[in-house]
Amino acid sequence: MKTSRRNFLKASGACLLGLTLWPAVKGFAGNSTEYNTSSKALAGKKWGLVIDMKKCWPKYQEGCRKCFLACQRAHNIPDIANKEEEIKWIWTEPYENAFPDGEHEYIPEIIKGKPFIVLCNHCENPPCVRVCPTKATFKRRDGIVMMDYHRCIGCRYCMAACPYGARSFNFSDPRPFIKEVNPEFPTREKGVVEKCNFCAERVDTGQLPACVEACPAEALIFGDLEDPNSGIRKILASRYTVQRKPELGTRPSVYYLI
Amino acid sequence: MLVKALTGSKKYWVWVIFLLVLVAIGLACYLWQLQKGLTITGMSRDVSWGLYIGQFTFLVGVAASAVMVVLPYYLHNVKAFGRITILGEFLAVAALIMCLLFIIVDLGKPMRLLNMIFYPTPNSILFWDMIVLNGYLLLNIIAGWHALEAEYKAVPPPAWTKILVYISIPWAVSIHTVTAFLYAGLPGRHYWLTAIMAARFLASAFASGPALLILLSYIIKRVSKFDPGREAIQKLAAIVTYATIISVFFVGLEIFTAFYSQVPAHGMSSIIYLFAGLDGHGKLVPWMWTFAILAVLALVLLINPATRTRDTYLQAACAAVFISMWIEKGIGLVIGGFIPNPFERVTEYVPTLPETLIALGVWATGFLILTFLYKIAIAVKEETV
Repeated sequence: MKTSRRNFLKASGACLLGLTLWPAVKGFAGNSTEYNTSSKALAGKKWGLVIDMKKCWPKYQEGCRKCFLACQRAHNIPDIANKEEEIKWIWTEPYENAFPDGEHEYIPEIIKGKPFIVLCNHCENPPCVRVCPTKATFKRRDGIVMMDYHRCIGCRYCMAACPYGARSFNFSDPRPFIKEVNPEFPTREKGVVEKCNFCAERVDTGQLPACVEACPAEALIFGDLEDPNSGIRKILASRYTVQRKPELGTRPSVYYLI
Repeated sequence: MLVKALTGSKKYWVWVIFLLVLVAIGLACYLWQLQKGLTITGMSRDVSWGLYIGQFTFLVGVAASAVMVVLPYYLHNVKAFGRITILGEFLAVAALIMCLLFIIVDLGKPMRLLNMIFYPTPNSILFWDMIVLNGYLLLNIIAGWHALEAEYKAVPPPAWTKILVYISIPWAVSIHTVTAFLYAGLPGRHYWLTAIMAARFLASAFASGPALLILLSYIIKRVSKFDPGREAIQKLAAIVTYATIISVFFVGLEIFTAFYSQVPAHGMSSIIYLFAGLDGHGKLVPWMWTFAILAVLALVLLINPATRTRDTYLQAACAAVFISMWIEKGIGLVIGGFIPNPFERVTEYVPTLPETLIALGVWATGFLILTFLYKIAIAVKEETV
């Protein structure tokens, strides 16, 4: 059979296209990869957090910032002065900004303008996971919404999708801004998104999240929302709690006691 | 046929070199961005998409010009469009390449772009946008090129290209719909959370794309021996007229819903920010009023037959449509969606110089491709005239 150069090029092109599409075919046809956790891992079906602001505020007024610092140290969070390019995992916002729909002009003085601890809500129905085009952000079976820094292409679609402003983008190389590097946790590089990971790396080795452990007032209560006997469920059953923007249907796993 | 792009008058080469210089400047700035990261742009934690994604959003609309000539020609046998279908298809090719380039320059990790294919994610609208944009690009390259080749050889185009053309008609609708869905389904972004987003995209696309095609037709008429034909231009002008009316009407619908309901979560704050300023911030106010004035001016010139049928007025109207739609979709829509932020605060956005030069470089790349494609197409058409 005689093959012209034109036909040869056509056939090569078709083969190249096939090779490009093959991983896509595998992706659609294959099973999702399972992951293993240590036997020491905390057992929980759906992790959640209750933040008791009444316990927090007296300490906060005294200048306590232990939860932020513990988080910053544990996760190599860079300290970037430029507010527009800040990396934030856990921080505070005044009540009116954290709960924009829960504000009116006659709210009690006790909460007006008070700082509320905010972080990723690890939503049960996370918009960030829905929009991510590479599965770089995904939800674990235990409800923790995770980031894979190595898969993120930096499209920042998740930042547009998150209604809680919980996501930060590494506009530049974060490493020069890390005060003291913790070798136990990866540092990030420019061009990827990051956020609070509920200390998945600690939960998986039997420890509580760094912020929960660091809080001297025990204002942060971490636990399994699916276990009716857990401490967190007992609080939720006995006290009135609020979530941020529940009307959006994202079903946050972070609850506030006021 | 490709070689026809390499012969031309002195003016042609001056234009090509001018574009090449812009491409080179843009590329140099992009290399800088690759090294330093997106910190060299004006984007921030709050306004995480800016000029790049705005241009991408607008140019998806420009790609619509193809379907607005292909559809009447193939489905309704409007003979006048036979002369310019190829111009529409090639404009779509150039616009789509610009779209893809704008997405690439916006990525924080462009070297990982293929993760979109290695880990296909059907629940992400961005995945489907990749499919529809690349598909539409391929459809237009293949159908357009075969049609031109057939014209060159003075034979009818192969029958199978007609199938591609028919597929390309609903496919054109899909690129706008899917791009609108990128924005429309996000909780907490009130300005984008509107069911008519896709309809708005289609309307403004069918206004801005054909408006550009009309302007390009006038330029072609002046610089070459090929005349796209007065009838084709006038028919396009009618399309631009209706699309602009619908487009402005849709913007009005958004404003009514937001303000009559008085529900803040229907985009009221964003619209106030865009047209009047919010909390003392109002960088986009002059832009949005320019949009409004140009849109009204365009409508006056287009609706009145006395002005629509006069070349100079039509050119002015088309320029007004193109610029106003560019402001509305390329700037207002994307940036307005991020303001106020999830904490009800205003962080403003202004593109930086390198960011602007990168964007200009991408536009220049698109016009370079457009120039080459049009040069080839016109050379073929001049021979057959």
